Amino acid sequence: MRLDRANIATLSCVLGGAAVLAAMNLLIPAVSPLHVPDFVIAIAGKYLCYAILALAIDLVWGYAGILTLGHAAFFALGGYAMGMYLMREIGARGVYANPTLPDFMVFIGWTHLPWYWYGFSHFWFALAMVMVVPGTLAFVFGWFAFRSRVSGVYLSIITQALTYALMLAFFRNDMGFGGNNGMTDFKDVLGFPLNRESTETGLMLVTATVLSLSFLLARAMIHSRFGKVLIAVRDAEPRTRFLGYRPESYKLVVWTVSAIIAAIGGALYVPQVGIINPSEFAPGNSIEAVIWVAVGGRGTLYGAILGAMLVNLGKTWLTSALPEIWLFAIGGLFIVVTLFLPRGITGLFTTRQPPKGSKQASAATEASMREAAR
Amino acid sequence: MSEPTLLYLDGVTVSFDGFKALNELSMVLEPGEMRAVIGPNGAGKTTMMDVITGKTRPDQGRIVFGADIDLTKLDEPAIARLGIGRKFQQPTVFETLTVRDNLLLALAGDRSPRFTLWARESADEHAQLDRLLATIRLVQERDRRAAELSHGQKQWLEIGMLLAQDPKLLLIDEPAAGMTDAETAETAELLREINRTRSVVVIDHDMAFVRALGVKITVLDEGCVLAEGSIDAIQDNPHVIEVYLGR
Repeated sequence: MRLDRANIATLSCVLGGAAVLAAMNLLIPAVSPLHVPDFVIAIAGKYLCYAILALAIDLVWGYAGILTLGHAAFFALGGYAMGMYLMREIGARGVYANPTLPDFMVFIGWTHLPWYWYGFSHFWFALAMVMVVPGTLAFVFGWFAFRSRVSGVYLSIITQALTYALMLAFFRNDMGFGGNNGMTDFKDVLGFPLNRESTETGLMLVTATVLSLSFLLARAMIHSRFGKVLIAVRDAEPRTRFLGYRPESYKLVVWTVSAIIAAIGGALYVPQVGIINPSEFAPGNSIEAVIWVAVGGRGTLYGAILGAMLVNLGKTWLTSALPEIWLFAIGGLFIVVTLFLPRGITGLFTTRQPPKGSKQASAATEASMREAAR
Repeated sequence: MSEPTLLYLDGVTVSFDGFKALNELSMVLEPGEMRAVIGPNGAGKTTMMDVITGKTRPDQGRIVFGADIDLTKLDEPAIARLGIGRKFQQPTVFETLTVRDNLLLALAGDRSPRFTLWARESADEHAQLDRLLATIRLVQERDRRAAELSHGQKQWLEIGMLLAQDPKLLLIDEPAAGMTDAETAETAELLREINRTRSVVVIDHDMAFVRALGVKITVLDEGCVLAEGSIDAIQDNPHVIEVYLGR
């Protein structure tokens, strides 16, 4: 019952909040003090994208125990796929007025569109690629990592390596993705001009809807028998093997789904911020996203959404008020949450069984599993 | 009986950095048999469990299950699906799942994500779970998280999970460790009950417990079989006396 309440509360906060903001932006005249200015809509849209990323991370970290420190890579890849569509949409309106080649390609002297840009003038194709490319990468990466039983800190490190490698690759001009400038100067999406306020509001509402649907999908997975196996893998992986389960298949499924969710978040992010560049792959981004989840409360899904919103509100405020202390603040926040709020902010409000007694028990389990895993 | 043996270990050798944990170990288990395996620390008892369940690959030798399945070619999930269940010395249950869900995951059935993503609990599963909960006396605790159970209750839950798997062969590592005399006797009784329908291998070094089981005993020492027979024959065996008492 508590779960259903959480469901309804989360969905009404996300969808209701977005709808109220949108109404106050579009329906209330700008002179009124109740009018929500455009920049608030833009920020809200951005945060909702971050919340999608956080949700994706919580799905693998909170329920399968996979601490990913590279999930922003999938977010950025989704963003790039959308960026490619938006570049093609510019058409001849670019600085060089080339109907097929994006400006940055003309600038580096290319005369032909590379084959991997074919099809991106179609929205449906770009949308498919938003999911297919990061999904495939995640599947291949996960296939090797989970089959070789790479887990824990080693897995975290190679996820960092993954996102770092992608960052270096995308920095190169001859990759054909705009090098270190990335892609920007987008004009419209599906014919709607990106600088019009109704488009901005619409994108924000779409993002809120996608976040809600992702939340429901993640919940459905977690509450299925699949989700129970996943939790079992998180708690005692060797034991699941002796029951006849293959933990690697379970991890692979949830990992790939999570990467696709993150990628969709990235695809929604790019038209709203108007730019995508290789810095989105920076290892620090992925770590920051993990902190959002830790702050909100790992393994709850709604905690991830809350954490992404709150930490980013703090970041927006702090980076304008006291920009030089932001990194210290987020580092400190992570330490405080880890030490004093292991279940995050949502842990303060839920009445789960006290973890005290179970702590000893789980220590014993861990010891015996370690013995078994030797 | 069509099958002459249920499990046949044939010259199994496992070495870790030159140390031979198992040294050409050979052993035969008949269908329906219960066997107690004893031996001093480091005799290779747990390693034997590990090679049977696929956790450790032997360097040499074969392990044949049933008529002709070579277990050394399979991994843990594949061996578990053949019907070999294993209970660890420390009770290992899924702490954050409820007692009932622990049993549900153990119930024999399709183990693939494709199945579990869409699986609905069947009436048959429902009935099986009710029966199991009654057997292991955790009906009241069915919706509590496994983490909240006492040590003894967890042992029972894990045995319940083993039964839910419906294995042909159960491997049980020190089931009586940390138990009172009364609990030990009760556990021996439970194992005998389980043995009515399945084969069981019990590892222990508590002689009183092994005596209570009243089954054929295999004594391991330094990775191979030192002696095999009834409890009385074992206790009179000069080699066994030397290994257990002579140092």
